[in-house]
Amino acid sequence: MPEPFHNLTAVALVLLRDNIDTDAIIPSREIRSVTKVGLAAGLFANWRYLKPEERVPDPTFVLNDPAYHGAQILIAGENFGCGSSREQAVWALHEYGVRTVLASSFNAIFYRNCLRNGILPGQLERVALEQIARWVTRDPQGNRIEIDLSRRTVLAADRQWTFQIEQDARDGLLEGMDEIERTLKFSEQITAFRNADVVLRPWVYGLDLP
Amino acid sequence: MPDTLFEKIWNEHLIAEVGGGDLLLVDRVLLHERTGGVALQSLRARGHALAAPAQVFATMDHVVDTRPGRSARIGASFGAPFIEVTRREALAAGIRLFDVDDAQQGIVHVISPELGIVLPGLTLVCPDSHTGTQGAFGALAWGIGSTEAEHALATQTLRVKKPSVLRVQIDGVLSVAVTAKDLALHLIATHGAAGGKGAVVEFAGPAVRALDIEARMTLCNMATEFSAFAAIIAPDERTFAYLRGRPLAPTGAAFERAVEHWRSLRSDAGARFDGEIRLDASAVRPMVTWGTNPQDAVPIEAVVPPFAAGIGHESAAAYERAIRYMGLQPGEPMRGLPVDGAFIGACTNSRLSDLRRAAGILEGRKVAAGVRAICVPGSSEVKRRAEADGLADIFIRAGFEWRESGCSMCFFAGGEHFAPGQRIISSTNRNFEGRQGPQTRTHLASPETVAASAISGHIAGVDELGS
Repeated sequence: MPEPFHNLTAVALVLLRDNIDTDAIIPSREIRSVTKVGLAAGLFANWRYLKPEERVPDPTFVLNDPAYHGAQILIAGENFGCGSSREQAVWALHEYGVRTVLASSFNAIFYRNCLRNGILPGQLERVALEQIARWVTRDPQGNRIEIDLSRRTVLAADRQWTFQIEQDARDGLLEGMDEIERTLKFSEQITAFRNADVVLRPWVYGLDLP
Repeated sequence: MPDTLFEKIWNEHLIAEVGGGDLLLVDRVLLHERTGGVALQSLRARGHALAAPAQVFATMDHVVDTRPGRSARIGASFGAPFIEVTRREALAAGIRLFDVDDAQQGIVHVISPELGIVLPGLTLVCPDSHTGTQGAFGALAWGIGSTEAEHALATQTLRVKKPSVLRVQIDGVLSVAVTAKDLALHLIATHGAAGGKGAVVEFAGPAVRALDIEARMTLCNMATEFSAFAAIIAPDERTFAYLRGRPLAPTGAAFERAVEHWRSLRSDAGARFDGEIRLDASAVRPMVTWGTNPQDAVPIEAVVPPFAAGIGHESAAAYERAIRYMGLQPGEPMRGLPVDGAFIGACTNSRLSDLRRAAGILEGRKVAAGVRAICVPGSSEVKRRAEADGLADIFIRAGFEWRESGCSMCFFAGGEHFAPGQRIISSTNRNFEGRQGPQTRTHLASPETVAASAISGHIAGVDELGS
């Protein structure tokens, strides 16, 4: 169950590319055990390391630049998190310390995976992202971004921007609620619906296994 | 009021409108070892039981060994923990598991139709992005994350924000040697990888009706690379015929009663869509990708296009990055690019009809020297039937490796892969950087084009092969 989202003022990683897929965020071979932890070292492994197996860092990649140390925000482009549904991409980002991704759009499964793990996926216009990114790269440690989720605001580059997020998604992040517990409150309604459905669509349920 | 096919299914499953979206009844949950084991394990740790275990199925496909004579119970070493946890958790949860040595094992989106697990009008979810493949049967099937899978397992429901509906109307007739894969790549190249953004894409029109069921699955499979929430095709007589007699499909009077209902599952005349795209099937050519996203596709006879703003790469830098990664120059012809590997398989194109069409090209021919060619049937059943029908012999005689079923080298999970820098012609769905191994260069195409290229030793259309 995710922790409630807390507003933050933090260093932002700039990866302003479109179509960053979940294979790039966490290559499949970096997913080695059946747990939700131990993934941060594999985050962006193909870009972060010259030799991923030996963990030889590529000094030109943003995660290896000391100026971005301690980052909790990621700035990306269009269609972020496309590709495989692997939730390990979100778990890896979370374990690395990322709490907010600002992008011009998100893949739908990735977006929902963020919400279920307490990461804010905030949508901003491309021009805003470019302006913020330019400001951040001038002095990553000094030019920290301030995120206020309840007001949906980003304070950066000496001005305030408003990001988009659905209200339900925002409320869910702020409360950090357990979705299963929330749904189980409707148990009686679900059971009644299902019992009626068995009569209406009996063929859905006749799954006697050979 | 006229409804779309999608709305009819949605309304039939709508339990309540609750905070955070609509609460929908889920008819089927499918799991595989890569993302399903962790969901089952986490759910059990949280103390939740499954709400409807009879409606949940698991298979081993993503990280199983596909080399001939694989060890039945262990799988490949890199996949072992995922296989073991999934086996243990499936047993504890009381769900049906198609284990590595099960006669019905295979890729989740291949075995579900094969067994009649998916049916028209169902809601079906799986923690796998290509779940929309099964929309080819007129089911609402979509990919979810592992945490969402936990919710579906514990409650047999999901909270979902109602997506928009986009109709892709395809008129005309596909030319000979042009396939559903080419049609899908044409669509994505024309409208961009984000063209279906979050929508349920209904494929409709005479060119879609003319596709056989397995070709419809290929088309729906690729809608994932179009950023669709799901893809769906109205069921018809071909659909019913395909499902009749499948092991888990309803039988006798129950099947007939179901068919009666399924006939109503189509978008009404005058139904409102949130968007519409029209395509002319007769304009589609055999396609191949040149870049690192499925939208980077051109007809085989074309050249690597120059950078163009708009659909495609957002900046010249991103374009440069893609062609440098692929080892290409703008203006270079796609035809004739030497290939090191050829791969036929994956949930896109690994069914019996795919293998049969590829075998038709391979028969009496040999894979070019220096090309490693691999065929991985989508399921153990496809493999058996291909062996019984003599297709396997054609692949083997041509010089293809003939494998056990699984996802195999569609992606690199730490086991087998193609070598760095190698150029692969592949019937899979993703050409992302490093997808088939570190620094590998993937070109997506139809199984026919993969077969023709394997024989030629370079990217080639079927039309280039002599008799």
